[in-house]
Amino acid sequence: MIRWVDDRLGLASFARSGLRKVFPDHWSFLLGEVALFCFVVLLVTGIFLTLFYVPDGTPVIYEGPYPPLQGQQVSAAYESVMKLSFEVRAGLVMRQVHHWAALVFLAAITVHILRVFFTGAFRRPREINWLVGIGLLTLALAMGITGYSLPDDLLSGTGLRILYSVVLGIPFLGPYLAFLLFGGEFPTETIVSRLFVFHIMLLPALLIGGILVHLAILWRQKHSQWPGPGRTEHNVVGKPFWPSQVLKSTGLMLLTAAVLGLMGGLLQINPIWTYGPFEATTVSAPAQPDWYVGWLDGALRLFPRFELTVLGVTLADTFIAGVLIPGFAFTIMALWPFIEARVNGDRAAHQLLQRPRDAPLRSAVGVAGLTFFVTLTLAAGNDVAANIFRVPVETLTDLLRLAVVVAPPVAGVVTWRVCRELQRRDVERGTNGERGNDGEAGPVRLRRNDAGGFEEVD
Amino acid sequence: MSAERWISVGLALSIAASIGLVVTYVLGGQPQVEGALLAVALGGLGAALVVWAARLVDARTQTEALHPTGSPGGTPAATEEPVGAGEVTRRRFLLRLLAGAGAALAAALAIPVLSLGPRPGRELFRTDWAGGARVVDADGRPLRVADLAIDSVRTVFPEGRIGSPDGQTLLIRVRPADLALPDGRAGWAPEGCVAYSKVCTHAGCPVGLYRAADHALLCPCHQSTFDVLRGAVPTFGPAVRPLPQLPLEIDGDGYLVATGDFPEPVGPPFWDMTHDGEAGG
Repeated sequence: MIRWVDDRLGLASFARSGLRKVFPDHWSFLLGEVALFCFVVLLVTGIFLTLFYVPDGTPVIYEGPYPPLQGQQVSAAYESVMKLSFEVRAGLVMRQVHHWAALVFLAAITVHILRVFFTGAFRRPREINWLVGIGLLTLALAMGITGYSLPDDLLSGTGLRILYSVVLGIPFLGPYLAFLLFGGEFPTETIVSRLFVFHIMLLPALLIGGILVHLAILWRQKHSQWPGPGRTEHNVVGKPFWPSQVLKSTGLMLLTAAVLGLMGGLLQINPIWTYGPFEATTVSAPAQPDWYVGWLDGALRLFPRFELTVLGVTLADTFIAGVLIPGFAFTIMALWPFIEARVNGDRAAHQLLQRPRDAPLRSAVGVAGLTFFVTLTLAAGNDVAANIFRVPVETLTDLLRLAVVVAPPVAGVVTWRVCRELQRRDVERGTNGERGNDGEAGPVRLRRNDAGGFEEVD
Repeated sequence: MSAERWISVGLALSIAASIGLVVTYVLGGQPQVEGALLAVALGGLGAALVVWAARLVDARTQTEALHPTGSPGGTPAATEEPVGAGEVTRRRFLLRLLAGAGAALAAALAIPVLSLGPRPGRELFRTDWAGGARVVDADGRPLRVADLAIDSVRTVFPEGRIGSPDGQTLLIRVRPADLALPDGRAGWAPEGCVAYSKVCTHAGCPVGLYRAADHALLCPCHQSTFDVLRGAVPTFGPAVRPLPQLPLEIDGDGYLVATGDFPEPVGPPFWDMTHDGEAGG
């Protein structure tokens, strides 16, 4: 059978070299895989949900089994998600696994990007895959926002309203773009059907294509590796794709799915029946978005009372805080490989990864950026935190406004100093940043062997 | 006719048809015309490329060995030198025409995106309120001053438009002596009944919270805070503009009515919101 296929396609040699392909082994290299496997779970559960979801904003009267909402006007979309949650067997667990998988998907992508950043894995020749990765992050965010809004509940409807307002605030094009996207002035009945098309067709197609490119480039360039005995800038030391990597990855996929299954079954997420259906005149308080949108909402909350009208053109603060600042942050992130190469003049190809301490500037910038995002994310919960800590929300907001400006540079400088200090200690101990075979930092002792080469002694 | 001439004609027809498609769309669309123009726009470009390949590109036939499938596979023989590259660049004019045809076709194919939504027009500048509209609560009951206790707040709508997204308004009754409204708004708040748009001027959320202690309206989304007594000027948070105030009066039957629409656009800012008057897109 295999022979018959190979006679016609001639893939055996490709398969043979592919199966033998070497993958370096380190726990941090699995973070991207976790993201990939979350995506697999999202696809599988998403297909199930698609079979029941009704992308229709038309108002209907809810007559399902959930008493508090009986007789209330809801959209057909909301009704279908209620049905999915209360009447379709296995519907609720599928919905909750899907939602948790989305949250973990974004989290895994974030941590994966941090790993790639802080170890310098984006350096030549991997700049292209860094850009592809930032594109995938953007698509994943868009997937999250469009999917989150589909149930047409009060909380996600509030999110959509803010999105509409941000689009509306774009100079010159805003009103046109907002009306094209939403099909008119907010709120519209058409928006959920549009979000549905984006969420299940356009964005997944782009995401799948992007993931394939991401993996193809990884396959072609081979995975980077940590420095160590026998590992150079010109080789890859690790386990072969088959059987070790395949088994390990399949295991990781099942473990990821297992955790997501557990979360979906045991941990309630997005209980839209407690939020109620979207109504244009109602809002819930407090209102927090899913975690990955928090930094965008936080920026809107912290931005000072500022608006500019020049020659009759109003520059809305929603545009500055909701478009310009995030756009600037993402641009810096996307261009970082090129910025760093220009700053330190290092344009050589790198196969070996760096520890964060070995690139103090990069680590400082990374920690500063991370502090910025984390502060904005915290700001998205300022009203909740004010309640918990019993401080006026005004005081807390002013503190966060100060923090978002002051904390990133401070964190950056501290990081830089810590990196330099760790480097200095490495030099004192004579390790020069390398690690021994046992993974412990410490001097590596070499001995000339009979064949004339070097080997390590414990 | 030379090949170049044929190609030029094809590309020129394609450009003309693409422009025709855009014009047809703008004029309202017509299926038969659009189909015919689509055929010319795509067909002209396609035919030009076919003629280009057949007549202008150096078309020496080449041979490539069919390596046996199965393993080990040989690498396919490299093709010979790239063909016709020099000749293509020499035809500057044709290349420009080709780029023009591509751009025109892209425009023709993209313009149906405009079908996704109406033009904003004056939609953002007006609400469902108009002079003489009675103020009703969420149940549609017209309201009298006596219905409102001091420091009570209610979401109200123009009569007949209950639930209106842009007409949703907060009606608050305060002691008239406490009010310090901006100049020119004397008489907008009869007997201390003051009405502001409920749509936040920051990001458009309903301004859902009222703190009677300091007469403040709070938006739960981003904590913008407005001073009810002073014309809803923002006192905290990101909102820059006051909530627009609805001018009210008491009609002959004792009901609260609006004397007109909000004097400025309600809700989140947009670039030409200060362009008043009936002109504009």
